[in-house]
Amino acid sequence: MTVGKNEVEYVASLARITLSEEEKVMYTEQFNTILEYIHMLNKLELDEVEPTTHVLPLHNVLRKDLVKVSTQKIIEQVLEEAPEKEKFLFRVPSIIE
Amino acid sequence: MELYELTACQAANALAKKEVTACDLTESIYKRIAAVEDKIKGFITVREKQEALSEAVQVQDSLEKGDKLASLRGIPMTLKDNICTLNLPTTCGSKMLQGYYPPYDAHVTEKLQEAGTILVGKSNMDEFAMGSSTENSSFYPTLNPWNQHYVPGGSSGGSAALVAARETFFALGSDTGGSVRQPASLCGVVGFKPTYGLVSRYGLIAFASSLDQIGTLTRDVRDCAMVLDIIAGHDSRDSTSVPREKENYSRDLEKSSSSFRVGIPRECFGQGVEEDVKKAVKRGIEKCQQIGTVIEEISFPHNEHALPAYYLVATAESSSNLARYDGIQYGFRSKKAENLHDLYRKTREEGFGPEVKRRVMLGTYALSSGYYDAYYLKALKVRTIIRKDFEKIFEDHDFVIMPTSPTVAFAMGEKVDDPLTMYLNDIFTVPANLAGLPAISIPCGFSRGLPVGLQVVGRPFDEKRLLQFSYKLESLLQVKDIKPDIAEVGQTDIS
Repeated sequence: MTVGKNEVEYVASLARITLSEEEKVMYTEQFNTILEYIHMLNKLELDEVEPTTHVLPLHNVLRKDLVKVSTQKIIEQVLEEAPEKEKFLFRVPSIIE
Repeated sequence: MELYELTACQAANALAKKEVTACDLTESIYKRIAAVEDKIKGFITVREKQEALSEAVQVQDSLEKGDKLASLRGIPMTLKDNICTLNLPTTCGSKMLQGYYPPYDAHVTEKLQEAGTILVGKSNMDEFAMGSSTENSSFYPTLNPWNQHYVPGGSSGGSAALVAARETFFALGSDTGGSVRQPASLCGVVGFKPTYGLVSRYGLIAFASSLDQIGTLTRDVRDCAMVLDIIAGHDSRDSTSVPREKENYSRDLEKSSSSFRVGIPRECFGQGVEEDVKKAVKRGIEKCQQIGTVIEEISFPHNEHALPAYYLVATAESSSNLARYDGIQYGFRSKKAENLHDLYRKTREEGFGPEVKRRVMLGTYALSSGYYDAYYLKALKVRTIIRKDFEKIFEDHDFVIMPTSPTVAFAMGEKVDDPLTMYLNDIFTVPANLAGLPAISIPCGFSRGLPVGLQVVGRPFDEKRLLQFSYKLESLLQVKDIKPDIAEVGQTDIS
């Protein structure tokens, strides 16, 4: 199984990353090297094996649905980090034409 | 002897005996930073000296009361730059978060503050903790204190180098696939990754959430136990933080049973491991026998499969975790975008470095329709196999010993264009992450003047005995007091 430049372009579009032509060539080559190494897993017999997503037994952690104070100061602090803002809102390019 | 040369524990004892003040220790650390930081570049941000000193004054006042011994009150320390700090920028080593001030402190930041330690800065790292050399930092690479032509390892390379260079008494790092242990090994310090769930990840910027764990970088095992006493424990803000009774790791460090059984996996001493590394680790193993430890050669059959499985799981999780960097709410935003989609793509094109793009795309690929079963699901199954390998080993062994890294530090630039070769650095560290186990790297010798690390892996939540054993082993190895010789500013550099 090898990866072509068009697949790298597709994956980059899914990941929302623009790539230059040189990057497409470089990543295609590197992906093939890395995937070839990963293919060593194909030699393992895994049909009967259950997957592990987490090492700990995961269960829902619940808490009381209590209203906590969200102060003006916290909102200001958060908005302070916004690349662009207007009043108490994040500013983004227009979405609807 | 300069104060910065003391271990954290020695410094704490000197404070308790009123031989020094917290201000003296802080002054000494800033003096050391001024003298050698240009050669190491371990920090991304150094805190204003006056700010740290005024905190030291407050701590000194409170020192008069309370439990003085076995505490790190008044001790200067450093946090990796992916650990959130309200009052210092937290960049994750990335242009994407350059100058970013988080709106809250991480759990560990709070704990260390409550304990009265003094934050002096934020350490350099591979961007988003992705890398094994700190060369992937968006800002500049960190240099290995033992030889500045070599890398310090990564991704917590800044933290490891600063501890080795005596620019901080201790530091925290994060370990997703070896990012605390491997740089500890390459810089000749102690690096410890606790059991998954022992330390809260609240406020640790996520890379691969099922693998990430905050760890310690210290001068010796005693310091490690003292820091762990502060940061371990349940936190309701991290749903994977395990509620269990708090243990005291430093108090009983010297007490331990002498009859441990240790397994040595033969697969970890084969091809690809430098001869000097094998020799130094084997010397460490021989030392264990002197204290009555039973050493047995064992098999860890799937060690080689851990690395490819790790790079699928970690990249898949990272592709999801890093989706939040879209230029909308915080961090970098491209100025060139014309519409919303363009904004996402250009922000990520300009904000992420090459390794982050590589991993996010690889993870996206492994999760994408048609490849999920062939890659991601397969990797999760291999994760089960690795866990079972360990479970079997731990049925009749207390610990496993293997090298931390197959090589000593490598030259700057040597592996930077070859991602797969770079990934192979992690071959012995990723299994503990996949299985969630505690693992420590202890300096055990040298090769060509560069440190070698020995790794001890233990059972889940068996930190207490793991540290007791490591403490004994460390005292037998007698390498912990050998330190790098860094020419200070103003000194003639003869190398």
